[in-house]
Amino acid sequence: MPALTRKEVEDIALLARLHLGSDELERMQGELAAILDHFQTIAAVDTADVPAMTHAVPMDLRLRADVAEPSLPAEAALAAAPRRSGDLIAVPSSIAPPGKSGTGTEP
Amino acid sequence: MTDGKPPIERGRSPSPPAEPSGPLPPDSLRSSIAGEGPGDAPAGGNPRGMTPSRPGRQTQADGLAQGAPREPGKEIPAATAGGRDPAKVLEEWEPVIGLEVHVQLATHSKIFSPSAVEFGAPPNSLTDPLVLGLPGTLPVFNQAVLQLALRLGVATSSQIRARSRFARKHYFYPDLPKGYQISQFDEPLCENGHLDVILRGGLKRIKLQRIHLEEDAGKTSHVGAESHVDLNRAGVPLVEVVSAPELLSAEEAGEFMRSLHRLVRWLEISEGDMEKGQMRCDANVSIRRRGEDRLGTRTELKNINSFRFVENAIEHEIARQIRLIESGERIVRETRLWDAERGQSQPMRSKEEANDYRYFPDPDLPPLVVDGQIMAQTLRSLPELPNVRFDRYQKLGISADDARTLVSERSLADYFDAVLAAHPGERSGRMLANWVLTELLGALHARATPVAQSPMAPAALSALVVLVENGTISGKIGKDVFEECFRTGEAPAAIVERRGLQQISDTGALWEIINRIVAANPKQAEAYTVGGKDGLFGFFVGQVMKETQGRANPVITSDLLHKRLGR
Amino acid sequence: MSFAFWSAADTVRRVAAGEVTTAQIVDTMVERIAAIDGQLGAYLAVDAIGARAAAADIDRRRAAGQPIGPLAGVTIALKDVLVTRGLATTAGSKILQGWLPPYDACVVERLRAADAIVLGKVNCDEFAMGSSTENSAYQPTRNPWNPERVPGGSSGGSSAAVAAGLCAASLGTDTGGSIRQPAAFCGVVGLKPTYGRVSRRGVVAFASSLDQVGPVTRTVADAALVLQAIAGFDPRDSTSLDHPVPALGDALTGDVAGLRIGLPQEYFQAMDDDVRAAIARTASALVERGAEIVELSLPHTELALPAYYLIAPAEASSNLARFDGVRYGQRAAAGDLTEMYARTRGAGFGPEVKRRIMLGTYALRSGYYDAYYKKAQQIRTLIKRDFDKAFRYCDVILTPTTPTPAFAFGAKATPYDMYLADVFTLSCNLAGLPGISVPCGLSGDGLPIGAQLLGKPLDEATLLRAAQVIETAVGLGDRRPPIGGAA
Repeated sequence: MPALTRKEVEDIALLARLHLGSDELERMQGELAAILDHFQTIAAVDTADVPAMTHAVPMDLRLRADVAEPSLPAEAALAAAPRRSGDLIAVPSSIAPPGKSGTGTEP
Repeated sequence: MTDGKPPIERGRSPSPPAEPSGPLPPDSLRSSIAGEGPGDAPAGGNPRGMTPSRPGRQTQADGLAQGAPREPGKEIPAATAGGRDPAKVLEEWEPVIGLEVHVQLATHSKIFSPSAVEFGAPPNSLTDPLVLGLPGTLPVFNQAVLQLALRLGVATSSQIRARSRFARKHYFYPDLPKGYQISQFDEPLCENGHLDVILRGGLKRIKLQRIHLEEDAGKTSHVGAESHVDLNRAGVPLVEVVSAPELLSAEEAGEFMRSLHRLVRWLEISEGDMEKGQMRCDANVSIRRRGEDRLGTRTELKNINSFRFVENAIEHEIARQIRLIESGERIVRETRLWDAERGQSQPMRSKEEANDYRYFPDPDLPPLVVDGQIMAQTLRSLPELPNVRFDRYQKLGISADDARTLVSERSLADYFDAVLAAHPGERSGRMLANWVLTELLGALHARATPVAQSPMAPAALSALVVLVENGTISGKIGKDVFEECFRTGEAPAAIVERRGLQQISDTGALWEIINRIVAANPKQAEAYTVGGKDGLFGFFVGQVMKETQGRANPVITSDLLHKRLGR
Repeated sequence: MSFAFWSAADTVRRVAAGEVTTAQIVDTMVERIAAIDGQLGAYLAVDAIGARAAAADIDRRRAAGQPIGPLAGVTIALKDVLVTRGLATTAGSKILQGWLPPYDACVVERLRAADAIVLGKVNCDEFAMGSSTENSAYQPTRNPWNPERVPGGSSGGSSAAVAAGLCAASLGTDTGGSIRQPAAFCGVVGLKPTYGRVSRRGVVAFASSLDQVGPVTRTVADAALVLQAIAGFDPRDSTSLDHPVPALGDALTGDVAGLRIGLPQEYFQAMDDDVRAAIARTASALVERGAEIVELSLPHTELALPAYYLIAPAEASSNLARFDGVRYGQRAAAGDLTEMYARTRGAGFGPEVKRRIMLGTYALRSGYYDAYYKKAQQIRTLIKRDFDKAFRYCDVILTPTTPTPAFAFGAKATPYDMYLADVFTLSCNLAGLPGISVPCGLSGDGLPIGAQLLGKPLDEATLLRAAQVIETAVGLGDRRPPIGGAA
């Protein structure tokens, strides 16, 4: 397992949408590297023919009857939203303004 | 959407649901698929019957054979490069297209929770704690989703996985409440199926790599510096149908969409209304020199929200790629967003260059098991498929165009089958098709009535055709009888009897009438017989028909007239 | 009359007999919390109004001769990862500060239906990630036996409140030992049921394939009583087992004659001497009562820690993606969407949560998935097979719950040192087995020591039976912690 680079830590933080300050990034890099180092042991285990266990107790998916139940009233659904616009949830634009390096598609 | 601009979404390939962008011309869909009705949210997956959009068979037949009509006044991108003849360019270059089509399944409730599925409800009125992604909520799978998806899987001869699995696909977007979409990844429900696409030249079999289940996201609209989120659509069940890259023109891609649209409606698993976002398409497009096996670099086109756009967007992309390569540039593998307003596509750029969806099996959902019982139930619920009926109709002597129109909508094909079943003898297919496609569809259209609610029963139409076939009435009279029968519901035989419309085939009686008419029109008789004015023959036929109120047997009348007039 | 240390079973009996009203119990407990919890920091929220209303309703029904539930009068503190309608639920995180859930967790519904009285919400490590409750964004919780020591975690508020008599029982959650480890540290009983035995609906998810809700109580009989009320099939949790729950109280026969107790050698290597001695005494006590000791091996034990700390963070990174400041919870100001997400999450989550999200995101990336997440899931299979084999030779497995008694605040220098505190409890979750921690004595420093029993899937009854024998033989008896117990 290759060493964890600062760039990699930054990429993962972006992927996970976690803002980390410069100090935090550095500490994180060290801590993750140390933890991953302890986990080297698993690489040596031969698991070629071992199925992955995704559920602790084997079971099949149960099926629910297709019956609609009353929805939450919009007011209840939106009650906890930090920002609203009428009956819509409002967030900063997912389209970046032109010229700014953002995340949206430039129109 | 609030500002009329097409919404732009990003970072959501391969399955981000795009939204219908802006109003569409009202006939954009209908004319391409005969019988696309507006329809309410289907209860129990029973889409409304069809309303033929135009009377007469010409348009009906054209509807499916041709590409969707284009909006007037818009640039039509053709596969041209440097002003060369498009046909020449395409002799050199072969486009290769694969489609990823999302189809909403017509269930009552969402895929993993019981909140209702409806179109056009007020914003954020169709949610529950799970749809909102509240902490502690858990998904419980809707069995109707499996039933409907299996119908499509079996109808496309797909391999059905006995144990398939749900996986989480992660990305952050405001309309994705949990930060992940529950989808299927390496163990999808259906694989290796095929869709028979009805093309001008007949059927073409297109391989389907997979059909998998997933949940829809909500809708985001953009206003100024904000984006606004409506979660009504979040959790609506979807199947994603992924074709192999085997479509070789924009037209084939369009026909693939139409065939899939017809199939999902036929199977009653979705209304497939693209305007409502019930069917959405992403296209992977590449080109290669004809004769080459290797595929070129592909681009992915997103945001294709109508049948019209499927072909426009792909044609435009093919032309763009040819232009680039011919001017010595390279195709960049990228995702491009189709902007229907401007008739062009633009690359989607993102800071997060390499999207990584971090798929893993959803620990909240054990494997989905398809057992023999549910397979048997699916097979029982499966109607005869449109391509099978298309073949069967052609074997009855019906033309390919007519057969294609008959299978354009299940309710029409079912009606036609009922007429066939009611009809004695097996040689009448072509004639019955004529009556259904011309008279019935015309009358239905005039009253904006779906086939399923036709006031004229299949048996009545058959009975009418029997009267024409056995000579009781002429074809022309038959149309009158049809009209009355359609209007009043009275049996055709009763109408004929009551109005005395039986055809006059009595040679003696007709001879007498002809004698009288010829005697009354000596100048015309001479002009025809001696003067050689052939056109006057029709005059005499007309006179006989007038005298008999159209009841004279046309064949016998013609025969006797020739004798009486001497040529 | 001091109800504080009545067992739940006692309370139910006395309420039914009319010796005490539930209103009196609630008033006393609310007063006790006000008087004592300042020293402990167990509670994040006390719902005095709700508790009094529930008590009044029960008393009214009892007076009218109407039936009352099997937990009538039992005061319960809920770990704050359990969602409660209209009662703030934070999961110990700032990101959920102020959020009022619109629904009750399944276990809360079931407790209320049994006439248990919810007193309030108790502290825990943020999103249940931790082994000391030091990761709570709100406050530290102290160990009632020694305020310099941690109560364990992540259900530290639960175990501290139960030990100090600030509730009759508590519900905790256990993903890698989060019920059993704090129970051991605080000298109470903590039971993690078989995966799927108790519904996870309404549990703020940490690692979905490992999380289970279970009781924290002062007696084994109370654990049986509370588990009886919350266990059983829930059609709204797709991982809930549709399997009948036996009458658990009937299992408490006090008889372990012929019971085969497995001692896995891998669990008796590095540990505190006091712990080793306490477990030895426990094993001897069981043998004296007719049980049989089987020495055995669980060879993949050392792989449990890396497997767990890949699987749990991976699932956590996914489960915590929903905390994005869009629909609920706190949102940081930002100019664009990505920044809004990153700032909201950067400010809302504490260091350990961030670490695990980073670790989990790392393990799930394409290209790394097979080497980390999938590999860990395969190792999970090996661990499960170890147990399957072991249970052919024994009925329950006895181990220490923790390598040491409660440690001091700040004692763990690195995250990995802290992870080692869970070394004996993780395998149980990976294999989906039931496990219980029961007090088995005090250390030389006067700190409780816990014995852990692991059982066959769905065999909570045998665990409870053996645990009660341990409780009787080597338990704490009438010894109470200095905080709360002296009052």
